[in-house]
Amino acid sequence: MPLPKLSPRTREATIWALYAMGLIPGLWGFYQGATGQIPGDPVRIFEHMLGLWALRFLCLGLAVTPLRELAGVNLIAYRRALGLLAFYYVLAHFTVYLTLDRGLMFSTILADIVKRPYITLGMAGLVMLIPLAFTSNRWSIRRLGSDWNRLHKLVYPILIVAVLHYALSLKVVTGEPAFYLLVTALLLGYRLVRPRLLEARRRLRQASR
Amino acid sequence: MSAYRPPRIPSSEITPKGTYLNRRSFMAAAGGAALLPALPALAEKLTVKPGPYGTTEPQTPKDTVTSYNNFYEFGTNKGDPASNSAKFKPRPWTLEVGGMVAKPQTFDLDKLIADIPLEERIYRMRCVEAWSMVIPWDGFPLAALLDKVEPLGSAKYVAFETVVRPEEMPGQKGYFQPMPWPYVEGLRLDEARHPLTLLAVGLYGETLKNPNGAPIRLVVPWKYGFKGIKSIVKITLTDKQPPNSWNTLQANEYGFYANVNPEVDHPRWSQATERRIGGGSFFGGSEQRPTLPFNGYADEVASLYAGMDLRKFY
Repeated sequence: MPLPKLSPRTREATIWALYAMGLIPGLWGFYQGATGQIPGDPVRIFEHMLGLWALRFLCLGLAVTPLRELAGVNLIAYRRALGLLAFYYVLAHFTVYLTLDRGLMFSTILADIVKRPYITLGMAGLVMLIPLAFTSNRWSIRRLGSDWNRLHKLVYPILIVAVLHYALSLKVVTGEPAFYLLVTALLLGYRLVRPRLLEARRRLRQASR
Repeated sequence: MSAYRPPRIPSSEITPKGTYLNRRSFMAAAGGAALLPALPALAEKLTVKPGPYGTTEPQTPKDTVTSYNNFYEFGTNKGDPASNSAKFKPRPWTLEVGGMVAKPQTFDLDKLIADIPLEERIYRMRCVEAWSMVIPWDGFPLAALLDKVEPLGSAKYVAFETVVRPEEMPGQKGYFQPMPWPYVEGLRLDEARHPLTLLAVGLYGETLKNPNGAPIRLVVPWKYGFKGIKSIVKITLTDKQPPNSWNTLQANEYGFYANVNPEVDHPRWSQATERRIGGGSFFGGSEQRPTLPFNGYADEVASLYAGMDLRKFY
């Protein structure tokens, strides 16, 4: 299923549109929370919503390769935006945790980061995302060469800690976290079978030649 | 962080019940009742006198109390009880009280409420998830009900059971059910008889709404919120410590006693502080505050646990 071919300028515009649309849920959530329109516990609801969108963008970014190789849909041009959106949401999630949720009480925050496995995992995910965000530009890609690929494999452990951070923060694992655990298993499982899959395809192509 | 706090609205300014009930019946008539979805059971005004143990801390607004809580029978998200409970029928209701008692009885709830004077009790509510509210409950001490059935000398504990109605409680059917039903809870008899321990039938001066455990629920303000079993159909006096649902599900995280204790953390999060859910407009004006031993009721209840290791009996 090939996508329509876009001119470079149109493609550039769709990438910016993705950034703009991707930020809407967070901005809308902030507006609603700041104007008293989120009932119940607006801090937790906003905080969890930011975390969930980070996880969604992370999964979408990791779906680009299997989509290209299995369905022939090439969205590689949008992968950087998806990754950066995930990073922005993680930053916002962490900021809300520090300020609105924990009221900048750093003594208890530090104790939580060290002592609570799910918070430690979330923190590890944020730390690992930082170098990826900083090297998400053409200059870094050229400069780092094959090291760039190796560095950006960090996204796999990041997805693992992110989904564990989510599941372990809950009292019981229900449908939604189970869904993300399954998606994570599929996305990472694909990476395990991928070398064999590509090799088999290559042989098939050679044989038919 | 400073947050805007709206002035408290005096009850005299609240739209009179009759006015909006009239509007509803008008809407129903105008639209043709058959075309409207079933209206949730309407809250009725209760006759209540002020009770002891009040607090002057700002109360959590009614809309927040009724739209954000845990009641897994209607779903595991905190908005689910409000969204999924419209089909639940809290009347007619009977409450069976038996076990080790001299006079086991099944009470009709409306008769029971007419029989026991109702009090308003403004209590702090501390959830095990480290958030808290201040809620004006209406109800009567559990001890008043126990007196009617006359517990035997051999009774040591009180066991409670929630109704099971999968047709009216969507959380009780389908895949991914979080726990076995019925939800059960228990108290030691001396805890059950403590004057703070309340059977609530209302909040904010009106009958309990479905999301909050209509028509009758337990409120034990010095314990974590999950002890406050909702929509109770059965109370049994017994000589053995009864099971309680969260403890059965995850014993290392949730104990039988579940007394609010800033010194004993949940294995996955700290219990030293809590976020009070208030009524401000900027993100609910919620603020982080230290959690108090026994949720601030230590003077009243600490003696119940004299000599007990509260780290072991959490």
